[in-house]
Amino acid sequence: MSEPGDQSGRLPRAYLVPGSASFSDFISAHDPRLLPGRRPLPAGTVPEVPHGTTIVAVEFAGGVVMAGDRRATMGSLIAHREIEKVFAADEYSCVGIAGTAGLAIELVKLFQVELEHYEKIEGTLMSLEGKANRLATMIRGNLGLAMQGLAVVPLFAGYDIDDGRGRIYSYDVTGGCYAERHHHSVGSGSLFARGALKKLWHPGLDPAQAVRVAVEALYDAADDDSATGGPDLNRRIFPVVGVVNVEGYRRVDEPSMQAVVDAVVAGRRGDPGGAVQDDARVTS
Amino acid sequence: MNMPFYVSPEQLMKDRADYARKGIARGRSVVVLAYDGGIAFVAENPSRALHKISEIYDRIAFAAVGKYNEFENLRVAGVRYADLRGYSYDRSDVTARGLANAYAQTLGTVFTQESKPYEVEIVVAEVGARPELDQIYRLTYDGSVADERGFVAMGGQAESITTALTEQWRPGLSLGEALGLAVAGLAADPAGGPARAVGTDQLEVAVLDRQRERRLFRRIAAPLVDRLLSPSDPTDDVPHEDERGPGPHDTVGMDSPSLGAAGASGTDTPGTDTPYG
Repeated sequence: MSEPGDQSGRLPRAYLVPGSASFSDFISAHDPRLLPGRRPLPAGTVPEVPHGTTIVAVEFAGGVVMAGDRRATMGSLIAHREIEKVFAADEYSCVGIAGTAGLAIELVKLFQVELEHYEKIEGTLMSLEGKANRLATMIRGNLGLAMQGLAVVPLFAGYDIDDGRGRIYSYDVTGGCYAERHHHSVGSGSLFARGALKKLWHPGLDPAQAVRVAVEALYDAADDDSATGGPDLNRRIFPVVGVVNVEGYRRVDEPSMQAVVDAVVAGRRGDPGGAVQDDARVTS
Repeated sequence: MNMPFYVSPEQLMKDRADYARKGIARGRSVVVLAYDGGIAFVAENPSRALHKISEIYDRIAFAAVGKYNEFENLRVAGVRYADLRGYSYDRSDVTARGLANAYAQTLGTVFTQESKPYEVEIVVAEVGARPELDQIYRLTYDGSVADERGFVAMGGQAESITTALTEQWRPGLSLGEALGLAVAGLAADPAGGPARAVGTDQLEVAVLDRQRERRLFRRIAAPLVDRLLSPSDPTDDVPHEDERGPGPHDTVGMDSPSLGAAGASGTDTPGTDTPYG
């Protein structure tokens, strides 16, 4: 708690400096080693570390759905088969992560504290645009690590209270923050997921349809990308899917996911690409 | 050579203590008291924006009297302490005892070493899983800490309120009864004259509600405080679910006509017909 060398036990100076409502600004002044991007990196090459893969986000009327597969890979090895990569950032937003898993999870933890900290100090919610920008600042701080091959690329989505709609933001490693229209995907399987999203998304989806579209897109990503895990029916490992709308964030529970995954798998029996013959597949 | 006048340490400390006490006694009072479902905080505070009562962490809240800029500074430091502790350890490792110690050291150092002591008195309270695990710490301007059982009153009328609460507070009060005691204490005239009228628009009320999950702190809006205080209204607790609808959910009882209806709208979630739980 106290600064090195300070034995008094009193709250260090940085705690009592008025002004900032940002937790990451506070720890960068107080103890920068706690920030992932501010730790000195030893010389040498970075060993193989787990990487998270595909995240998709889909807007629907009045909200947004985010889904992530459960696989983390270390080169050709599966490092973890049930990692979670989609998190509630606060009551009205969620963040999904692709890239170096360890750093990404640390970054999400920091982001969650950042939002709650602001809420407590200011006594109000941060705007959705504000949250997206805070996340961009954190990614920017990670650029040094990204250049060593430890990149973190999140996807951020939330419900905009002022506009009453869902919004999706994507990022690049330099901290560029881009508002996406309707749907987006990041990670190694995103190429295939984006193709699927283009064909399956249409305006006026309801939440259940949006969940279905997201799971279909993840299935297509897993079909062609070895680093993306498909639904594991034997172990009952399903994608993590979060829904954010006017009621806040909620994670789709396991029985509902089982039903969605069963329907997706059944729909592709004898039709592995899942080509849509009629609109019934995504609207039922 | 300049020789400063000699002032004995006793005199110096006494002067500082008198100075701080005078500042604190000018402020309106705050009462913190345990009830069966948690811990209630009641402050006489006409301002809607400048709070005397605030959330620190999941199960911990803060109440203060005295100089606003000084206790606001301590509040922010407390939120930073708690968030940093929770970030580097775990949410369950953030305790009121740790925070009370840090505040005590800070207030103590300021009292002895800086040119002027903080003119504040604060309470750090943590609600436990059961009433006997509740913790209420009272910290004074010189850094002394007291571990209080059941209730604390601070500010100008602290003494008279404490006397009244010693007689009337007992474990297991309902929220309505606890608020009644607190408001009666705030309204009483310490000189023994007739009680003032303290309307709910003059009150800042909040609870740490044991029956919630994760962040337990909620402010109580004036209409619900009115109903809780009214002897003819059956309402005697806050709803344990937030009202649905966009915006911050730090306040309960904004618009619900009665607790029954508020409770129902909380559990009867719109959209339960969809298969997502």
